[in-house]
Amino acid sequence: MKNVMGIINLMEDEEFLKEISHHRPAAAVPFGGRYRMIDFVLSNMVNSGIRNVGIIVQHKYRALMDHLGNGKEWDLDRKRDGLFYLPPGQGCQQGSYRWDLRHFHTHLDYLQYSRQKYILISGSNMICNIDYRDAFQFHQAMNADITILYKDMENTGEDLSRCHMVETAEDGRIIDLEINPNKMRGSKMSMEMCIMEKSLLVELIHRCYSRGECDLVRDGFIRNLNRLRIYGFPYQGYLAHIDSIQSYYNHSMELLRPEIWQQLFFDKGLIITKVKDGAPTKYSKGSRVHNALIANGCIIEGTVENSIIFRGVKIGQGAHIKDSIIMQKCKIEEGALVENVIADKEVTITKGKHLKGEKNYPMVIMKKTVI
Amino acid sequence: MQSKECVAMLLAGGQGSRLGVLTKKLAKPAVPFGGKYRIIDFTLSNCNNSGFDTVGVLTQYQPLALNTYIGIGSHWDLDRKNGGVTVLPPFVKEMGGEWYKGTANAIYQNIEFVDQYRPKYLLVLSGDHIYKMDYSLMLDFHKEKQADATIAVIEVPWEEASSFGIINIARDARIIDFEEKPAVPKSNLASMGVYIFNWELLKKYLEEDEQNPRSSNDFGKNIIPMMLKVGQRMYAYPFKGYWRDVGTIESLWQANMDLLSDKPKLNLNDPKWTIYSVNPNHPPQYIAPTARVTGSLVNEGCMVYGEVNHSILFPGVYIGEGAKINDAVIMPNAKIGANTVIERAIIGVEAVIEDRCQVGCLDEACGRCSEPCSRITVVEGNIVVAGGSVLKSCSLAKNELTVRSS
Repeated sequence: MKNVMGIINLMEDEEFLKEISHHRPAAAVPFGGRYRMIDFVLSNMVNSGIRNVGIIVQHKYRALMDHLGNGKEWDLDRKRDGLFYLPPGQGCQQGSYRWDLRHFHTHLDYLQYSRQKYILISGSNMICNIDYRDAFQFHQAMNADITILYKDMENTGEDLSRCHMVETAEDGRIIDLEINPNKMRGSKMSMEMCIMEKSLLVELIHRCYSRGECDLVRDGFIRNLNRLRIYGFPYQGYLAHIDSIQSYYNHSMELLRPEIWQQLFFDKGLIITKVKDGAPTKYSKGSRVHNALIANGCIIEGTVENSIIFRGVKIGQGAHIKDSIIMQKCKIEEGALVENVIADKEVTITKGKHLKGEKNYPMVIMKKTVI
Repeated sequence: MQSKECVAMLLAGGQGSRLGVLTKKLAKPAVPFGGKYRIIDFTLSNCNNSGFDTVGVLTQYQPLALNTYIGIGSHWDLDRKNGGVTVLPPFVKEMGGEWYKGTANAIYQNIEFVDQYRPKYLLVLSGDHIYKMDYSLMLDFHKEKQADATIAVIEVPWEEASSFGIINIARDARIIDFEEKPAVPKSNLASMGVYIFNWELLKKYLEEDEQNPRSSNDFGKNIIPMMLKVGQRMYAYPFKGYWRDVGTIESLWQANMDLLSDKPKLNLNDPKWTIYSVNPNHPPQYIAPTARVTGSLVNEGCMVYGEVNHSILFPGVYIGEGAKINDAVIMPNAKIGANTVIERAIIGVEAVIEDRCQVGCLDEACGRCSEPCSRITVVEGNIVVAGGSVLKSCSLAKNELTVRSS
């Protein structure tokens, strides 16, 4: 994989996570007790042997830079290659959308200076633990121009209306690709991850740009389905596709299943995140914890049930947390009752307050709110 | 090289033989502590938090794990262009080489290292104590007293005083005499093994001590008494706070248990004095519906299905369903099988204790001793204890266990 570079594209509609993505890009949204969404794709790339990663960032990326820094935790603080931030170019701020080619066009220099022959492009909201080497081998074995990773979502009951759907022939070649289709014909969801030669990407960028076309997926891929050999690589492992508060909540709760915990956090490699040097979590004599994921640095004196507790949370005596996601440094004071709630960082729920959302409509509390 | 006002030398070569099987393959400073740390983390973090950025770490006994752990010091923010951490093992010189013969000899052999930084002061530390201390305050004290040497001291209970280096002081904190483990202690001020010396002066004493073939080349036994005898200005810096020598199984276990009190004397959650360590980057701990965790410290990567009470779980520990863990310290990646009962024990790194075992003295009807014995059972790291085994501390010589299943 020495010959592959990675691009993580964070151009996305950030309203879908409502309050928790108000002040940060979706990629920096906390997930799984101690991670940010971007940790998964970045760790997967590093664990697969990729040593050069560029991140196309939108506005509001301070939280992201704070988290990733110079990439040291991921071993990407390198003399050559390493981690690169690719900020929006002039005029790209307004009216840009997810696979807008202008963002790639702005950073053609970075693409061309990089020494790798191949490029792997991904978003950050498909959470999984994948070894990209398998997909890369497939790409070479198929002699493909482009390989798109997909996951068969049959019988998962997931809402696929905001996805890219692919249809493949028997040999794996993609014969159709639809963006947000109205009517579902198949169940193969594109993971919005693809592999190709860098020279082909550069060619597509120039080709589209000069014709006034502007979308990598629509103008670059779909229009070239016949001209280029585009293949689909089926991913078999666990996948959490996060595109709404509801899917964020549901997939978070799935982590309470030990087999999924094991698969997502250990399977192909460890998911890396920024280290906080917190002490181990302390359980008091009277604490009661059942079916919960709990990160370091917490002090738990109350009851926690079916919940995800991030780093540095304090839960007072007699407080009861149920079916909730409590992010970093929240304080749940004595006797408070919290059910079906997503509390962003540093929220305080004062003594004796009762807060209750619904399972299919969890209550979201903004960062630093005191209730 | 840029000069430094003070260089720290951390003595980390000790074997820690009283820790038995725990230090069979590990230097004492690398022994895990407190659910997350290794003993040396406390001293290294103190250095960083006190603003000391040049630290020589003297290693000798079983250095592999320790060297790997320290690396270039980045986990303690001590990877610096100028200074930072330097690991200093014994080395061969023009006229042959030798091991570090004692604490003073270890510094003597590294005079050149210290001289590179042309320091005015030398801070000598040992890597086997648990405490949080601001060395910069001690250096201020040393300068204020215009001392030649300053020794940090702490009050210990009188009945334990004879197991420490005991210091007698005059009213102005000037040291009158120093006795290593006196039978009849004259004071209860114990040396913490933390010294500040004026470097140029210390060098003379180190060289003189080296000429004496009968010397054991030790700070406590030789250098300090020698300096006192000549009448150098030696002062005792009083430290108030939590400090423990964890050189024995009992003290190591007790210091771990101290962290479990409601308001522990050693606060690990103090944002102003973070204890840094190498982070294995494990996911959050999973506490199953069948689990019960009370009065304990639990780290990331643990999976708990059984009952854990008043115990410490390091990263990656697995506790099976129906298991009962009480007053125990379970080191990284150990696996405890279903329905196994553990009481007053230390379980070594990556040990596997299979289902239905009993570890520790649980009942009076033991047959070997008339009452539950208070000794601590220690299970060696990296071994497998076969299902159904009964391991009691009273049946083990020296609190050690090396049972291996086929």
